[in-house]
Amino acid sequence: MLKISYTNYEALRAHGEETYPHECCGALLGHTTPDGNHVRQIVPAGNTRTDRAHDRYNIAPEELIKIQRQARGLGFDIVGFYHSHPDCPAQWSKTDFDEAHWVGCSYIITRINLGKADVTNSFLLTGTGEEDKQFHDEPIEIEVRQEKGQA
Amino acid sequence: MNIHIPTPLRAYTGGQQTVNVPGATVGEALEQLVGAYPDLRQNLYTGEGKLRSFVNIYLNDDDIRYLPGKDATETSDSDELTIIPSIAGGCYL
Repeated sequence: MLKISYTNYEALRAHGEETYPHECCGALLGHTTPDGNHVRQIVPAGNTRTDRAHDRYNIAPEELIKIQRQARGLGFDIVGFYHSHPDCPAQWSKTDFDEAHWVGCSYIITRINLGKADVTNSFLLTGTGEEDKQFHDEPIEIEVRQEKGQA
Repeated sequence: MNIHIPTPLRAYTGGQQTVNVPGATVGEALEQLVGAYPDLRQNLYTGEGKLRSFVNIYLNDDDIRYLPGKDATETSDSDELTIIPSIAGGCYL
């Protein structure tokens, strides 16, 4: 089970709309609990695959280093990543699988249909390494909290 | 020097996110790391002993692959090594 606030959930979906028809990407910061990954903050990142950003994404290692430092400073871990699939299903592709190396982390994928965020799914990468890694469907629990000052 | 361990590899460092090891060079520090935590080796290196293509190791802000001295680069106690697996993908195949 992946837990994420409504605000963060909507923000990562909106990121996919902003970059459409290109793929967006970013990191999920939070904690891993016995119940699953709990996202406390999302960090939008740049997609360095400008050669074919419509169907590929890559986060520069330099940006990942900064994100990891940011997470440490906040007392969080990197617990996953998100990206969008413009006009493609919200399912992991062979490329997504081949390029997935963060075992124990959640990979959120949002289908952007003609510029509007559609289905969002999460997949947990399990295993001990490259030889036995697997993606598993992971339910998303969206936490809706009353903002301060609202009735 | 401190070596920062990414989330997926902490299973092999007893859950530690930062490991302090001695070492006068990048290579020595990494050898100390995999010596202390042997299960890390196959996650960082191929069977031929080369750094796996998707594993990035940074000395402070520099990728060690592009340092003139590569893993023979000298280090001090105040330097930091960060291990960071790549993140990429895409919707087509």
